[in-house]
Amino acid sequence: MNIRLTVNGSSVSRDVEPRTLLVDFLRDHLGLTGTNVGCDTSQCGACTVHLNGLAVKSCTVLAVQAEGASITTIEGLASNGQLHPMQQAFWDHHGLQCGFCTPGMIMSAVHFLEHNPNPTEAEVRHGLEGNLCRCTGYENIVKAVMAVAGGD
Amino acid sequence: MARYVGSPVKRLEDPRLITGDARYLDDIKLPGMAHVAVLRSAYAHARIRGIDTSQAAAAPGVIGVFTGKDFEDLNPLPCAWQAGGVENHVNTPRVLEIDRVTFTGAGIAAVVAETPYQAADALALIEVDYEPLPVVVHGPDAIKPGAPQIHENAPNNICMSWQCGDEEGTDAALGAADVVVEQDLDNQRLIPTPMEPRGAIADYSAGTEEFTVWLTSQAPHVGRLLMTAFVFGIPETKMRVIAPQIGGGFGTKIFLYHEYILVAALARKLGRPVKWMEGRSENYVATTHGRDHHTHLKVGADRDGHIKALKVSTVANLGGMLSTIAPGIPTTLYGRMLSGVYKIPHIHCHVTGVYTNTGMVDAYRGAGRPEATYVVERAVDLVANALGMDPAEVRRRNFIQPDDFPYEPTDNLLNGLAYDSGDYEVALDKALAVADYAGLRQMQARARDEGRYIGIGLSSYVEICGVAPSRWIGVLGEGWGAGLWESANVRVHLTGQVVATTGSQSHGQGHETSMAQVVADELGVPIESVIVQHSDTLGTPFGYGTYGSRSAAVGTVAMYKSLQRIKDKAKRLGAHMLEADVADVVYEDGKVYVKGSPDKAKTIVEIAGAAALGYDLPQDMEPYLDDTAYYDPPNCTFPFGTHICVVELDADTGGVKLLRYVAV
Repeated sequence: MNIRLTVNGSSVSRDVEPRTLLVDFLRDHLGLTGTNVGCDTSQCGACTVHLNGLAVKSCTVLAVQAEGASITTIEGLASNGQLHPMQQAFWDHHGLQCGFCTPGMIMSAVHFLEHNPNPTEAEVRHGLEGNLCRCTGYENIVKAVMAVAGGD
Repeated sequence: MARYVGSPVKRLEDPRLITGDARYLDDIKLPGMAHVAVLRSAYAHARIRGIDTSQAAAAPGVIGVFTGKDFEDLNPLPCAWQAGGVENHVNTPRVLEIDRVTFTGAGIAAVVAETPYQAADALALIEVDYEPLPVVVHGPDAIKPGAPQIHENAPNNICMSWQCGDEEGTDAALGAADVVVEQDLDNQRLIPTPMEPRGAIADYSAGTEEFTVWLTSQAPHVGRLLMTAFVFGIPETKMRVIAPQIGGGFGTKIFLYHEYILVAALARKLGRPVKWMEGRSENYVATTHGRDHHTHLKVGADRDGHIKALKVSTVANLGGMLSTIAPGIPTTLYGRMLSGVYKIPHIHCHVTGVYTNTGMVDAYRGAGRPEATYVVERAVDLVANALGMDPAEVRRRNFIQPDDFPYEPTDNLLNGLAYDSGDYEVALDKALAVADYAGLRQMQARARDEGRYIGIGLSSYVEICGVAPSRWIGVLGEGWGAGLWESANVRVHLTGQVVATTGSQSHGQGHETSMAQVVADELGVPIESVIVQHSDTLGTPFGYGTYGSRSAAVGTVAMYKSLQRIKDKAKRLGAHMLEADVADVVYEDGKVYVKGSPDKAKTIVEIAGAAALGYDLPQDMEPYLDDTAYYDPPNCTFPFGTHICVVELDADTGGVKLLRYVAV
């Protein structure tokens, strides 16, 4: 079936099988491979994107459910060649190693701060509970998010 | 002067990772690429009486359905590290298993289809006629009389029986000890879980008979060697292996797996590129697990807490088949480290490697050494408990002292190597101070009065890292089937850009930055002028890959050696350009100049340009600044530390809450 939606500010229209997962639609149909699939069961959060301003795990959303929606992926976060402050903070604070969880982690963190601009460290940890990282031990991820919250 | 090493350089690899621009294996699409799905066994132990692929073959989008019989011409996977000096009863996976399965991760059929969805659909249509067999999953149960027998060539499910140290001396010392404590310990199995599962893509050119294979690999050169020379039986030069951006490994991506052979064989059979990407559920059953030791220890000490002897007997559960280096982990990397940070006069270790109907077990984070540390540290705590002494004090009384180094553990435990250096008490003292150990003990006592249970755990450890001297791991019977040096190539291009390649591999470690720091400092060039390349057998010298904390300790030293020779050549050419004697010039800060005349210097960019053009070189000098080095370390490294962990146990629910963690 045909779906129309907005992805990273551009209108797109594609024919998809009804069972197509949003993450596969983004990766395979649109070539937006920045969003990674870590567990395909919404445990790990690597596939997190924004759907109408909400952080969702795109491995457990059907593409057809995004009909008419506005999606932002990691590729749509930087603007005019300028990194988003969260991307910059992950770089500055060494918030990543292998980088596989990073796109989803950044998308979750951006969404989290939009809803809680001045969090405590404990709130950051709680807010990112749905995103797993196996390399960093989370310390520097939390530092990065706190730095953006503090306006560093 | 070091400008980059030791300073907080932002990682050079990060821009592509934080923008989603990095290309992991699953991001790669080749023209005409088909997709592979692998059918795993529904049983942990079964005979396969028949496989009906007809419905699957007729499903939409299916290009072909394959079973083990289609790949009978290919060898089983090699076991590249067997337990040294003893017989190993080896059973390794085939491309697809043919008539029997010994764990649920075993692959028994494969579908190739136009899309991953179609491949998965068709997989569900394959009918397998299984004859389920009795299973055994627990290591110690596998060697009991009457246990289900898993492999014909491994009676009592024993893969190998290995020992180190001195049993007679240890028994005698235990007999003479004031106090002897015995304990059974489980070091439970775990699943390594890198965020990126495994995958492989293969492309085959019939015209050249050459494969190009993309692997989620920590050791692409080794992967190529094993695939070509051991499984396909083709020249190594007929395959190029590329490990693209890798999303973590934790050991699991060192090994050769059956799916990697499968995609290569399918690409050759079908004449089109094929991709297999593991799902997470598959990762749990088909990718290697870690640990799974069941140990009985006996430790003897005198009344003052001096440990006199340690006797260890371990059943190491290796799973249903052997992964690439499975037997080496619970032997060389475990038994040989059972002296820990302590001067123990008598040690003996016996390891039985056993088959069970479980997933394959191989190297995971630390691999063998954390298991050894757990045993030694529990032994120390048991002695402390038996004598009513403070565990920190027992550690202190048994530490190898700074002037004991180089320290060779007793009874040739380390098979000729010695710990190079260490000061274990300093690490302990610092950890105790940071954690306020005395305060913690008071808090623990107060809590106990209130009916609360707080536990304070100490671990003083040493690892064997930077693996390893080839003459130790190879010649002296450790069973490793290769060398363990590492390689590097450095080239300074005509434009002054520096390309450094390494035979090791980065899957999150940050080699592209850390190695560039060394290159930039040594050559005296901006880090922006340096690019570190790795993980492609075309364009990097052969290397053994990344594991065992070896990339910096071994790989970067190879690069350092290359850089010294590049600088020597630059000095000779610089002297020639300055019409000076080479003995009179220095290389400093990216320039060659006559001592005392830094204002009349030739920069590395000018020298590299002259070397690349070759118009005017000293007699007998070859053009170009280009050097390849191989470094084989004289010893491993022995990093150490102390960790303190404080937890509260809820006696009603069994819940454990982490209160404090200090690492020095």
